[in-house]
Amino acid sequence: MQDDIIVVEHLTYQYLGTDRPALKDINLRIKRGEYVALLGRTGAGKTTLCLSLNGIVPHMTMGEFSGRVFVDGTGTLDKPVREMAKKVGMVFDNPEYQLSQMTVREEVALGLENLGVPREEMLRRIAEVLRIVELDGLDDRSPLALSGGQQQRLAIAAALAMYPEILVLDEPTSNLDPLGKREVFRVARQLNKERGMTIIIAEHEVEVMALHADRIVALCEGEIVLNGPPHEVFREVETLDRIGVRVPQVTQLAYELDHLYGKWEGSYPVTVEEALQALQGRIGGY
Amino acid sequence: MSDVVILCEDLWHIYPGNVVALREANLEIRRGEVVGVIGQNGSGKTTLVKHFNGLLKPSRGRVVVNGVDTATESVNALSRHVGYVFQNPNHQLFAKTVEEELAFGPTNLGLFPTEVAERVKSALAFFNLEPYREMHPYRISFPLRKVVAMASIYAMRPQVFVLDEPTTGQDHVGVTIIYNLIRRLKEDGATVVIVSHDMPLIARAAERVIVLWNAQIIGDATPREIFADDALMQKTNLHPPQITELSRRLQHPALPEVALSVEELAGPLANLL
Repeated sequence: MQDDIIVVEHLTYQYLGTDRPALKDINLRIKRGEYVALLGRTGAGKTTLCLSLNGIVPHMTMGEFSGRVFVDGTGTLDKPVREMAKKVGMVFDNPEYQLSQMTVREEVALGLENLGVPREEMLRRIAEVLRIVELDGLDDRSPLALSGGQQQRLAIAAALAMYPEILVLDEPTSNLDPLGKREVFRVARQLNKERGMTIIIAEHEVEVMALHADRIVALCEGEIVLNGPPHEVFREVETLDRIGVRVPQVTQLAYELDHLYGKWEGSYPVTVEEALQALQGRIGGY
Repeated sequence: MSDVVILCEDLWHIYPGNVVALREANLEIRRGEVVGVIGQNGSGKTTLVKHFNGLLKPSRGRVVVNGVDTATESVNALSRHVGYVFQNPNHQLFAKTVEEELAFGPTNLGLFPTEVAERVKSALAFFNLEPYREMHPYRISFPLRKVVAMASIYAMRPQVFVLDEPTTGQDHVGVTIIYNLIRRLKEDGATVVIVSHDMPLIARAAERVIVLWNAQIIGDATPREIFADDALMQKTNLHPPQITELSRRLQHPALPEVALSVEELAGPLANLL
């Protein structure tokens, strides 16, 4: 289908020297402009799936690959990673490992230089992406002098400078404080809502994903266990518990009222607003 | 012996270049308390708790641990009183087997081999690590590696455990393991200081919360009081857990005003529905 910007078909991947596949027969379609959250325990396959989307897996890793991954109609096996980087921007969990340059401006310029973008165009893009992540004015600052949240936004800016259509974020907030987490979530949501960018994010912050994501994909031991809108996925409390994924606290509340007390009707809420709506009419006046 | 295990009096810490990392901190932590320390990065949390085991010495004021002024004691001597579990277990573990790892601390304290063996045995039992006794710490999963790091501190039998970001990088299963261990340490009589950004963990595990902002302690109360203080939350850019927010917005006389866990709200709510 034209609308699917990412198509993963029967993807299986096993790293060299391991005794079981990191991904097993993954089938996944992601629509242009979708915000998709990947949930699962450490080792469930989230990172390997992220890395397969721009061809780092299998081009730059050792292992056995089968199946196919298409990004905007292009097979990842047919293009080198540097070509795929124009379509798929990547941000990882530890900002310090991704940043290597002396200034914020040079950090963003790095990828563009490798693409051979002319200087005028390069300066224009740098200014543009730094504005998007709200780091404008810090062009000459050393990346090491930035807060964790700012560093992660810089990593996003460097990815955005290539004008990708897809942004893949692998646990981008794991090492950030609450303020830094909020900044990164805000930028990802803005890119999705205001620019229609496709967002794929591996995260443990389920309450935020319930608010921001269009779709949740839950992985366990290299396989997709659940795949659907937040309401449909989070209501599977027992399945998620079995694969080590927490549900939003308000969803857990509805589940316990339902199963321990037999006192819940209708669908489970995933946000505070939904929980309030479901409860306020029912707990009586006072 | 006094009930106060950690005392900070007008504690300041000033890093080279006149950077004030902590100003005028006054604090008493009592035996058996579980204390959460929250605040954004750079607010002074780590600077504060690194004074508890002498990793940092006061620039001004004093810190007294179990009656001993930290200015006059070595980190090594203080490690009998306060054990520090680092955020990243990889920075702490170095031995070839879990058993060796656990023996290192007590051996370093100068204990007899029989006593060391006894400590290792009890730490293995307390943390359910017997099956991993002979394994290399790097061969076990990340959550368990964190447990090994905690066990290696436990083997030194400190009165106070400082846990620096114990749940960072942990998935839901790892978080649950760590939460249960904190409870068991408390039951065991230990004092636990948890430095964390994980508000659901703080809400459930801590009985007292210290809030740092801009190098100062600006809050010191129960988690219920702290999470109900909107002005404080806003100033520090911190957010209560989702369930706490729901309970506060429901505002029903038969429901807890500030719920700290799902269980706290579920029972009373079931009676109303």
